[in-house]
Amino acid sequence: MSTFDWIIQLVYVAAASCFVLGLHLMNTPATARRGNQLSTGGMVAAIAATLAIIIHAGTISATGWIVMLAGGLIGGGAGLYAARTVQMTAMPQLVSIFNAVGGGAAALVAIHDYINLAGRAAGPAESITITTLLDVLIGAVTFSGSIIAAGKLQGVISAAPVTFPGSRVVNMSAAAIAAAASVYLIITPSVPMLLVVIVAALAFGVTMVMPIGGADMPVVISLLNAFTGTAVAMAGFVIGNWALIIAGALVGASGGILTKLMADAMNRSLRNIMIGGFGTGDGGAAAVVGPGGDVRSIAADDAAIQLAYAQKVIIVPGYGLAAAQAQHAVAELAGVLEERGIEVSYAIHPVAGRMPGHMNVLLAEANVPYPLLKEMDEINPEFARADVALVIGANDVTNPAARRAGTAISGMPILDVDHAKSIIVIKRSMASGYAGIDNELYVNPKTSMFFGDAKTALTELTAAVKTLVG
Amino acid sequence: MTTALLTDITIFVLALLVGFEVISKVPATLHTPLMSAANSIHGIIFVGAMLIAATANNALGYVLAFVAAAFAAMNVVGGYVVTGRMLKMFRRRTVPPPASQPGQAAADGQTAAANGSGSRA
Repeated sequence: MSTFDWIIQLVYVAAASCFVLGLHLMNTPATARRGNQLSTGGMVAAIAATLAIIIHAGTISATGWIVMLAGGLIGGGAGLYAARTVQMTAMPQLVSIFNAVGGGAAALVAIHDYINLAGRAAGPAESITITTLLDVLIGAVTFSGSIIAAGKLQGVISAAPVTFPGSRVVNMSAAAIAAAASVYLIITPSVPMLLVVIVAALAFGVTMVMPIGGADMPVVISLLNAFTGTAVAMAGFVIGNWALIIAGALVGASGGILTKLMADAMNRSLRNIMIGGFGTGDGGAAAVVGPGGDVRSIAADDAAIQLAYAQKVIIVPGYGLAAAQAQHAVAELAGVLEERGIEVSYAIHPVAGRMPGHMNVLLAEANVPYPLLKEMDEINPEFARADVALVIGANDVTNPAARRAGTAISGMPILDVDHAKSIIVIKRSMASGYAGIDNELYVNPKTSMFFGDAKTALTELTAAVKTLVG
Repeated sequence: MTTALLTDITIFVLALLVGFEVISKVPATLHTPLMSAANSIHGIIFVGAMLIAATANNALGYVLAFVAAAFAAMNVVGGYVVTGRMLKMFRRRTVPPPASQPGQAAADGQTAAANGSGSRA
């Protein structure tokens, strides 16, 4: 190895270390920004080292330069624009799109490599073919799957599970064709057959995500994130670059952990989610206690009195809060309460949003200090001390029915909202949540329902509290 | 099975384990920025796109390299910028700090801590 190669490889090692340390610094919000900067530094170094390799080799054509720079500038510009303008509520879509383009780029790298090698007399070696094919398969599935996921999140494609008779057969056939064509390719190099693999993998990605419902999106995004990481690691195998292997493995680990956390938080196995159909409300759910008890509704003034004279208030936000764009309204109400010396905190369920940690970002954007955002395990023992639990747009994650066997959500970890001394639920109607079952919390004698749109209701409440305490 | 492949697999497995170890310590509050940060890290595929642009020698090769470069650049630039944007929102205390009731000891402690980390942020 020449001195030049040594230096380049050491730069790649340094870049990979920056990625690891950058992720490590994300273990507290206070150091997370430094982590991101370190990671960016590593990326710049890796790209600079690669530029050095290309210039040093000197074999790149003028067209090659143009293609690289034009692609980089156009893509970079689009990424910059999207990152600067995206609404925080649309974050899951953006992450999905980045998953898609990352996976797509990884697949393209492998496709290019395969076509090059297949053109040679000897054909590619088996070990290279296997990693190349894995890259193409995973990358293409991620690409089409993530685009469908982003479409569902954006509302361009129905968020409800889309299934049709035989949809499972189509999905399975796509997988079988992709697998069979891949095996053929390992034995005989063939570019047309590669095309079959690509198309089948893309079809598999689409049919994999279509039947999955909107409420399961946190799991799907995490899983596709893990896929992209793996595809990038495979691309590292293909082009023989350790920095790609390490970076891809890190992302794969991150996606894997988040997938497991999200699935656990919904008490559902990955298999169960992928089969889909959840949230259609089409039966299957065991019979539950109907809204047999009395539902007590409350007016803004009465709710304001409860809040204004409480010592400790726990706010339980759900996706309905974000859907109504009420993050700022809730932060304002909390501010008014805090000025009165009332202890306010937020109980965040792991799946309170459309991606892992989504609700935290939405509240942080509304200027809620992060020490007030409490994780489920941390806040659950505190409900017993809370005078008021204010539930906004959260449903299934507060349903005490989850503690009993035999319901659609049995065993799902929930927030112990019913342990609070009194409960106010802001909700549009008595409609059930994604699980399609009634929430027993609403008929609890301690619960008062405040019917209305989250944003309007919160504004009314804030005004009522202000008038009350003058 | 070549030695190179074996080395690659070793690195992959070890990096995966390091990833599990490091990432399991990230608090749930930061899971969205974490995923976004992981997203930017897989933007390193831009390196792969650059290398194929350097070896491409026909129209198909150039098209593949161009699309790969555009995709990867969007991934890497967008990922880092949006992660930074999100992390900037995570504050220890509300900004501007509430003017009322500065007398509480707990609030003072938190404000002081915020000032300490604020210079970095």
